[in-house]
Amino acid sequence: MKLDAKIPEGPLAEKWSKHKFNLKLVNPANKRKYTVLVVGTGLAGASAAASLAELGYNVKTFCFQDSPRRAHSIAAQGGINAAKNYRNDGDSVYRLFYDTIKGGDYRSREGNVYRLAEVSVNIIDQCVAQGVPFAREYGGLLDNRSFGGAQVSRTFYARGQTGQQLLLGAYSALNRQIHEGKVKSYNRHEMLDVVVVDGKAQGIVTRDLITGEIETHAGHAVLLCTGGYGNVFYLSTNAMGCNVTAAWKAHKRGAYFANPCFTQIHPTCIPVTGDHQSKLTLMSESLRNDGRVWAPKTQEIAEKLRRGEIKSSEIKEEDRDYFLERKYPAFGNLVPRDVASRNAKEAVDNGLGVGSSGKAVFLDFADAIARLGEDTVRAKYGNLFDMYYQITDENPYKQPMRIYPAVHYTMGGLWVDYNLQTTVSGLYCLGEANFSDHGANRLGASALMQGLADGYFVIPYTVGDYLATIGPKAIDESHPAFAETKQAVIGRINKLLSLKGTRTVDDYHRELGHIMWEYCGMARTEEGLTKAKGLIRELREDFWKNAIVPGTNNEFNQSLEKAGRVADFLELGELMVDDALQRKESCGGHFRLESQTEEGEALRDDENFAYVAAWEYKADGAPEELHKEELVYENVKLTQRSYK
Amino acid sequence: MSGHMNLTLKVWRQKSPQDKGGFVTYKADGISEDMSFLEMLDVVNEGLIKKGDDPIHFDHDCREGICGMCSLYINGRPHGPKRAVTTCQLHMRSFKDGETITIEPWRAAAFPVIKDLSTNRAAFERIQQAGGYVSVNTGGVPDANEIPIPKVIADEAFNSATCIQCGACVAACKNSSAMLFVSAKVSQLALLPQGQQERYRRVQAMVAQMDAEGFGNCTNTGACEAECPKEISLTNIARMNREYFTAKFFKEEEIH
Amino acid sequence: MGNFSKTFSSSLGKKLIMSLTGLFICLFLVVHLIGNLQLFKDDSGQAFNSYAYFMTHFTPIKVISYINYAIILGHAIYALILTISNRKARPIGYAVYNGSANSPWNSRNMGILGTIILIFLIIHMKDFLWEYHNNTSLPYARYEASLADPQNVKVTPLAVTDKEYSHVDYVDPQSQTHITVAKDLYKLVRDSFKIWWYVALYVVSMVAIGFHLIHGFRSAFQTVGWDHKKLVPIIRFLGVWIFGIIIPAAFAAIPLYFFFCK
Repeated sequence: MKLDAKIPEGPLAEKWSKHKFNLKLVNPANKRKYTVLVVGTGLAGASAAASLAELGYNVKTFCFQDSPRRAHSIAAQGGINAAKNYRNDGDSVYRLFYDTIKGGDYRSREGNVYRLAEVSVNIIDQCVAQGVPFAREYGGLLDNRSFGGAQVSRTFYARGQTGQQLLLGAYSALNRQIHEGKVKSYNRHEMLDVVVVDGKAQGIVTRDLITGEIETHAGHAVLLCTGGYGNVFYLSTNAMGCNVTAAWKAHKRGAYFANPCFTQIHPTCIPVTGDHQSKLTLMSESLRNDGRVWAPKTQEIAEKLRRGEIKSSEIKEEDRDYFLERKYPAFGNLVPRDVASRNAKEAVDNGLGVGSSGKAVFLDFADAIARLGEDTVRAKYGNLFDMYYQITDENPYKQPMRIYPAVHYTMGGLWVDYNLQTTVSGLYCLGEANFSDHGANRLGASALMQGLADGYFVIPYTVGDYLATIGPKAIDESHPAFAETKQAVIGRINKLLSLKGTRTVDDYHRELGHIMWEYCGMARTEEGLTKAKGLIRELREDFWKNAIVPGTNNEFNQSLEKAGRVADFLELGELMVDDALQRKESCGGHFRLESQTEEGEALRDDENFAYVAAWEYKADGAPEELHKEELVYENVKLTQRSYK
Repeated sequence: MSGHMNLTLKVWRQKSPQDKGGFVTYKADGISEDMSFLEMLDVVNEGLIKKGDDPIHFDHDCREGICGMCSLYINGRPHGPKRAVTTCQLHMRSFKDGETITIEPWRAAAFPVIKDLSTNRAAFERIQQAGGYVSVNTGGVPDANEIPIPKVIADEAFNSATCIQCGACVAACKNSSAMLFVSAKVSQLALLPQGQQERYRRVQAMVAQMDAEGFGNCTNTGACEAECPKEISLTNIARMNREYFTAKFFKEEEIH
Repeated sequence: MGNFSKTFSSSLGKKLIMSLTGLFICLFLVVHLIGNLQLFKDDSGQAFNSYAYFMTHFTPIKVISYINYAIILGHAIYALILTISNRKARPIGYAVYNGSANSPWNSRNMGILGTIILIFLIIHMKDFLWEYHNNTSLPYARYEASLADPQNVKVTPLAVTDKEYSHVDYVDPQSQTHITVAKDLYKLVRDSFKIWWYVALYVVSMVAIGFHLIHGFRSAFQTVGWDHKKLVPIIRFLGVWIFGIIIPAAFAAIPLYFFFCK
């Protein structure tokens, strides 16, 4: 199959307006005859479900949490970008577009990214109208701050809880539609397969997590808004429940998976303390506005620090290496995440790491506290400092924070065209779950923007086009595909429940995470990746022999839920490794040691790799087929990314 | 760097909503001080699974104190002994070696137990569906800066909006009252200009739903505020009362 | 249901009833205390006995009294209704409950404090109000004072015999004397407060009222929604010092005064 991204013709700035005009509309009286299934209720899912219901469609939403509001969008801290140019500092839609394309290391589509920048301004208006309490200035107007990878202040924020407030806004819009009877929400339901009839997605199979009942739901279109797959690394800043299952099942039903190896490692997370650790906690990127990243200049000093013989405060100024400020004078501590992460890793690899494990660098606020006063720093970052103190028992007002990179976001995801439709008709993918807008590296404060752009302002138009095409005829739930898919789900659950071996599912997950982090993490090599592929296969085989899954299906069974998710991660892991292997260049978060500049920066190979790698599932155990969507740049010139 | 401790856990186990349930005692040995409370339970669960037993079920997700999924009534207090902290952010250094820790689910008629320590908090959903929103459709809204809001109002609304819907207020309240939660939701929109159009309808609708769910009545003990992991203030309750009585006695808007 | 009945059957409506009745009772306490301060007057009870007669025989005051009884009763009944509904809201309690970690003891035990107060009220009203009205064996006292020297009062106890007395208060123009004959409630008070356990009962009950009001007064304002930042400290001060400490202490001083000083 030839991949057609369906990017509209014409000048960049007119593509979306023209496309919206060309999309078919559904007659208002017919809208109530359609049902749309929305899986996942984070920013993308909740905003899409509410917007579609407002238009008149019947919507069903599904989430595995006990409330739509608990989706992991809730945890986003820093902010949301929008090209409002409220600061008069030279921002524009084009600049946001350009920064995002560049930040993504030229591996995203111009058309998509421009549209994202274009609708960013509407998102802020929408959220404010819903009552989202963004930070404000004394004059009563909205405040902004700057974020990594940008030299303008275009980030809107609500203290350190922007994602929470945005999600609560979308959730309130969703609640309104539930009240109106247009949305029916299925909480504590997990999607376990897509029903595809004659090449069209027409339903899903879900498990009621409380009763274990396997249900089918029919709909004219299915929207997957199920977030990223960062938990394949076991330790990540994702929530414990974040998983790839919905996207992976769709992949196995024909949706191509794009750029799976593009994962974002966030530079400012709280370092790991031990094997017991179940997740990593992010410290917002906004901290880099005032915090200075440094490591000791010599291994000797670092060693003394690690042994606790000296304190960080005793290290003289000339013995400190503020490596980001030194190497990137123009952007300093505000370089994009991939660059900051790689430099932290480099410092640690060179024996300059701090903390008892040696796997951390400092993020120091002493200068900011001296310049602004402790109260101002507290007002800006108080909740983050408190969180750091809770977790580490160290007071960041008195001593520098210890930070280390951690898996945070996945740029890869289901391949979608300009309409956000996957390679399966009627199956759409929104937000982090798709691959479309961030290329090989996502800029800070862009994930919230993308999730809401897809849900509020893109899908309401594009899904209408498809629905108008297929017509409002009711979906026939008696089609054998529904029963067959349901049986397949039951079969897999029974297989999982038959596992009564010796090793816990968590243990497999932990080992998979180690493999992924070691070989498919911040630095990747041909040799390491090849090794990882073998290790993952072995681990997967062992899982299906020796794992233990207690309990039965007909009850609330968290072990069973986890087992299903880890089984899917064990398959995805291999695909990520395959993808990383074929992409022999470095770009953004994908750093192949074989491809770097003399200064150790990521070296792209635009001639051979300026494409989207979209993988097609063939059969269990069989290699997947790679399809390439060439990336065409008509407006920006591809250059070596420089933040110096 | 960190000490290890041995603990005794008294955990509420209940197979299903219908089951009577009871306490089961477990040993948790070799627990690191750096573990979070939930990581300690993970360790206990790994042991149970290896023995072929059903692990202790408890709700949790983000483990960074923001999703509101985790609960647990630990030694007589929701979210354990520390103030302004969720269970997932509670670390074992807050406990002593050799301690016995009693872990119970939230107790309220409106939050029935699903299994073990996990409860059904759908009542909170329904209260918000009754009116916790501003009725604006996507698109067609004014420019964000056309609605100036004094910083002090925006900050106050934000404070109310930080509620994570965990239900600790209900669990802490001796009457199982949901007033702190409902009032935080009512307050956020009552304070902001965007919420004015539906202000008096909203408070009536949400209070009516709260009553229908079978929560108890507020006696202003302040336990909710003291135990709220996000330190939502009692002022919200006074504000909601004011809004409600104003709506009932002096306004004509009714619930639709 | 009409708008008002709907409002008052809601949880907030019931709380409003508790709040308003509570505040009314607070007001009553102030009036009652001011009246009772006459017990401290060294006049063998002339002022107090006259006051008692006035309070029980002046129609507008009688109306207010009955409203007051109704309000006290309403406060108690609604407390019971709310307590029952609160109990229902948590059918299974906690095995370990550490309430003191998050709230003051009195705020969690308003029901117990209220019950103590109610029992006290029953005893109090039975022993004084009921006796005053219905006990035919209560003695009378006769107070005589020349208008020229009103301070010099001559008191004659009128023991109960077959003869019926009735309340009189007049000036005899012949002798230029102010004569008062009144039922001697003062004596009943004085005699009652000579019993140590009776005094103890009163003191304990006043402590209960104090604790009840330390929470209740402030709480009433919270319930009606009066929590202006600038007003709250004043309400808290009044609640703790005036209603929680000074008023109950003044009430408790009465039995103690009679026990130790009379």
